[in-house]
Amino acid sequence: MKPFTVHHAIVALLDRINIDTDQIIPKQFLKRIERTGYGQFLFYDWRFVKDGSLNPDFELNLPRFQNAEILLTGSNFGCGSSREHAPWALLDYGFRTILAPSYGDIFFNNCLQNGMLPVRLPESQIKELMDRTKQNEGYQLTVDLQSQTIQDDSGLVMTFDVDPFRKECLLRGLDDIGLTLLHEEKIRAYEASHGNS
Amino acid sequence: MRNTLFEKIWERHVVHQEPGRPAILYVDRHLIHEVTTPQAFDGLRLAGRKVRRPDLTIATTDHNVPTLGRTIPINDPIATLQVDTLKRNCEEFGITLYALDSPRQGIVHVIGPELGLTLPGTTIVCGDSHTSTHGAFGALAFGIGTSEVEHVLATQCLVQNPAKTFEIRVDGGLPRGVTAKDLVLYIIRMIGTDGATGHIIEYTGSTVRKLSMEERMTVCNMSIEAGGRAGMISPDDTTYAYLEGLPFAPQGAAFRSAVEYWKTLPSDPNAKFDRRISFDVSTLAPQVSWGTNPGMVADVTGSVPDPSTFGSADAQNAALRALQYMGLEPGTPIQEIPVDRVFIGSCTNSRIEDLRAASRMIAGKTVHRRVHAMVVPGSQQVKLQAEQEGLDAMFKQAGFEWRESGCSMCLGMNADTVEFGQRCASTSNRNFEGRQGRGARTHLVSPAMAAAAAVTGHFVDIRNWEATR
Repeated sequence: MKPFTVHHAIVALLDRINIDTDQIIPKQFLKRIERTGYGQFLFYDWRFVKDGSLNPDFELNLPRFQNAEILLTGSNFGCGSSREHAPWALLDYGFRTILAPSYGDIFFNNCLQNGMLPVRLPESQIKELMDRTKQNEGYQLTVDLQSQTIQDDSGLVMTFDVDPFRKECLLRGLDDIGLTLLHEEKIRAYEASHGNS
Repeated sequence: MRNTLFEKIWERHVVHQEPGRPAILYVDRHLIHEVTTPQAFDGLRLAGRKVRRPDLTIATTDHNVPTLGRTIPINDPIATLQVDTLKRNCEEFGITLYALDSPRQGIVHVIGPELGLTLPGTTIVCGDSHTSTHGAFGALAFGIGTSEVEHVLATQCLVQNPAKTFEIRVDGGLPRGVTAKDLVLYIIRMIGTDGATGHIIEYTGSTVRKLSMEERMTVCNMSIEAGGRAGMISPDDTTYAYLEGLPFAPQGAAFRSAVEYWKTLPSDPNAKFDRRISFDVSTLAPQVSWGTNPGMVADVTGSVPDPSTFGSADAQNAALRALQYMGLEPGTPIQEIPVDRVFIGSCTNSRIEDLRAASRMIAGKTVHRRVHAMVVPGSQQVKLQAEQEGLDAMFKQAGFEWRESGCSMCLGMNADTVEFGQRCASTSNRNFEGRQGRGARTHLVSPAMAAAAAVTGHFVDIRNWEATR
């Protein structure tokens, strides 16, 4: 997993609540057996009109949000299905940081498994960032995981919470499986004592 | 002791925990299917790892499979490759697969319980959010992503922080014609699609105690639609009676001693929950969703709401978008909404009791001429039992299509989709935009409500409809 340390990038705004993983990546793209290449299908039904051409009204298609790597959005982002294709699509498209008031639990975990940082911020701070993104074309933020801060170029500083274990895994790019396998003896002992061996 | 069911199961499954770190939690049962596993098996191969406990891992193909006939090949090469990939992976790693030609094939959350793989007090995971279904048996069951599937395959464990607990207490007798589906839709309507985020729900109360296992599964299934990490119901005599004699449940003396253990699992009186809420459902009406998430729900006797009546600007915008997508006007009575399609199936409502309830509504009636209706049993076992009871003949005679088992039109990964702009009365769990097909308009209802809509071509209040027919 690629370590996540400091992320400085353009912010894209998707000002909607309850964006479910069916919108992030529709089901017809879940048939593939690869882990990569899902960016082209991100928000497919919103990004493209029925004939397959770009939908000019969809926010992410606006010129000002091209090359954005931070997604700023409403509450309960990533609710619904457990499909990890959703974070895979966001990451492949270019997003590595997400800022929202809240997330679907499974989606939140899935992001962390892929070196992505989903940040929870209070509604009022999200609204503040949304206002700044609307008012400033090319609005950029710096997300620093080590210091748990978000800053812009005009002096705004916000702090955020992150689970200490997940923080360490992200900073060092650690893979959960390797860590768990360090406790192989304990797993074997558990199986022996619980009639599970 | 004043512990909850969740805490008792959690404590028994912690393999290792360091201060300030998440626990390593043992997984008793890992259910897998074709869509969320190919990348996990690739990851194992890449790292040179094995499946630690193939004996605790059970596979089926359900999401992507055709339902027209088992002898007809899948005509989608990408879907075929995914189904074949699961077969190859199961062979390579020694995992039991209930493939398309197996009499035990079916939706993963239907076959687990019917085979007795789902037991009280166990931990169950699957790369599917509706794994919460299995909580109906007093198991701790939740959905995981593909990276976590790989983690469980490699270690038979998961790295987890404990969730908060949330008691949802339901009392009052459900009126005739009002079902477990209406109950859970009502709960989501009341607490919202993020009402239980970060929490494990335990459903309690006199109404829950009276629910059958099928009904409990419907309720726990939709916990995820309220944002719940899992939904659970403490086991009782209904649970034990359902499990006795199932193929993978303990047998004979082992069963009796298992029951003794299971009886220690229910949440203790006065157990402390992080949150509690209670509902009385004695006057509940059948519920119908009008929008694009499972919290956007109204009484069948109500009407499509006016977005301007919603509390926040965010909620107003969401409701406006939803009505635009659904092609509905505020104030339209729910019973005047016409339907084009009816889907009876999915891990929420495709069990034998669901099919019986639907069949009771259609006896001697025919499907409305505008409506295309289909029944997709949850498993081959459900299909067989329904056929033995003559339900298939009733459905076919009324003009329903009678299909093979699978996830089908709940998510439309196979050929079973709703066309652009069509309106579907569906017994499934999600009315998200595009869920059943691009531009498809989904209304979530109970099996009996869906069957009645198939006959009349619009939603009806089955409480009165039954009485007058």
